[in-house]
Amino acid sequence: MHRLLRGGLNLDRTSAELAEVVRVEGRTVLATLTRRLGDLDLAEDAVQDAMVKAIERWPVSGVPAKPGAWLTTTAQNAALDRLRRETKRGPKEEAAMGVLSGGDIDLPTPSAVGDDLLRLVFTCCHPAINPEARVALSLRTLCGLTTAEVAAAFLVAEPTMAQRIVRAKKKIAAANIPYRVPADHELPDRLPAVLAVVYVVFTEAHHSVSADVPVRVDLADEAIRLGRMLVELMPDVPECRGLLALMLATHARRDARLDGDGDIILLVDQDRSRWDHDAIAEAARLVDETLRHRAVGTYQVQAAIACLHGLAAADEVTDWPQIAELYGILEQIQPTPVVRVNRAAAVAEAVGPAAGLAVLDTVDGVGGWHLFHSARAELLRRLGRPEEAAEAYRRALECGPNEADRRFLAARLDDLGSAS
Amino acid sequence: MPTYAALIYDSADKEWEEPDTEAWAAIMADYTAFGEKAGAAGVLLGGEALQPTATATTITVTGGKGGDMVATDGPFAETKEVLGGFYLLKCEDLDEALGWAQQIPGAWQGRVEVRPCIDFSAEG
Repeated sequence: MHRLLRGGLNLDRTSAELAEVVRVEGRTVLATLTRRLGDLDLAEDAVQDAMVKAIERWPVSGVPAKPGAWLTTTAQNAALDRLRRETKRGPKEEAAMGVLSGGDIDLPTPSAVGDDLLRLVFTCCHPAINPEARVALSLRTLCGLTTAEVAAAFLVAEPTMAQRIVRAKKKIAAANIPYRVPADHELPDRLPAVLAVVYVVFTEAHHSVSADVPVRVDLADEAIRLGRMLVELMPDVPECRGLLALMLATHARRDARLDGDGDIILLVDQDRSRWDHDAIAEAARLVDETLRHRAVGTYQVQAAIACLHGLAAADEVTDWPQIAELYGILEQIQPTPVVRVNRAAAVAEAVGPAAGLAVLDTVDGVGGWHLFHSARAELLRRLGRPEEAAEAYRRALECGPNEADRRFLAARLDDLGSAS
Repeated sequence: MPTYAALIYDSADKEWEEPDTEAWAAIMADYTAFGEKAGAAGVLLGGEALQPTATATTITVTGGKGGDMVATDGPFAETKEVLGGFYLLKCEDLDEALGWAQQIPGAWQGRVEVRPCIDFSAEG
């Protein structure tokens, strides 16, 4: 994380590198300042001021030896300025002023910084905040994205996104959502929301319904960065590792997922030399580490499945029986139609298309999901039932899939027509 | 320290247990236990149970301050879930308030809405 800082003073750095230093450091400065001020909104404004100053000055004066300390001092001064300008001050603001005017700035120790970051994570992902706002807040505070960037990433108008964030911050202040790390016994209630935020960011990067290009690498990178941070902050929570492993193993296939026209290439047809095998190896290592904890969770199981795909040198040598078994475990933890559809596909590979179809036909409530119909179509095709397969492909198309999926399904339907 | 209102909602057409039955006594005992626990912890500022919405009268004054009162029979809005009672809880933060709210019997019989009260003395 501090790779860019090791060089100390270096005037040759590009503005992109500088922006990266500012962004990474800004996050921890924000976390600490929020604790000291007890006010996320004020802390965010102040850190924003300090980041703007850094971007202006550092290219001229050079990067300070301790960029974090520089940013902290500058942000604290900015907060003080902002408070002094406010004509109407409540007791909370008075208290914040007292904290800031108290003389020397104490820089938190690394472990205190970790605690502050965790506080920020759990506050932004508090279950009392609207789920969409959790994602937006986290991207702003933990990844340092601007509201405009978050809005663009989620294809939402900027004023809409700004309003969502403002509303969430008002609620944090008015309802007094605490800035603290939950106790161990609270974690089972609180952790899923945190992991879900990260995973939503990741999946948004991979499956955007309306975007013309389905993979927006930047959001996926942000999600993986967040995942790494969670593993660092909560090393004893296996699902954090599971989530990171799942994202790494999935993202490792990004370059092989689409052809030159942006059309989806099925796993079986992907050029495995274009997979990121280092990322897959890292994911597999993370999965191995989680197994030691013997606390199975959905992310770990999905990561294990993704790793089995990733480690197979060719589609023919994929360990389908184990994948089908893992989907069975996943279905026990998470009995959803989507999981069963995936299990059906694995069973089809492990046992045969008829066995897969038998599982698929026990799934309810997925009539509007194009992947269900396309999975059925594929199995019907393999079973030599082209009319039924064509009908299933047509139903998949009626579900309104994204552009890449639509082209894929249309091509499959076309193949069926020309074969019969 | 902020005050939170825990507003207890339940289905409007729910048949309430008859008084003087065992089921009724069990619910009352749960509420009494909550009140005693929250009271002993110094969290409970007050609370009331409300009569059914059929007993409500909604009024408005037309033409501004000092105008004529118009009264109508019934609640402000006919909704499927109605306010049945409330507690006022003095808590450190939302997490503590939610921790108490989940112990209110209304939380498992219906729903409890937790809302912070405005502290006018802190508004400056």
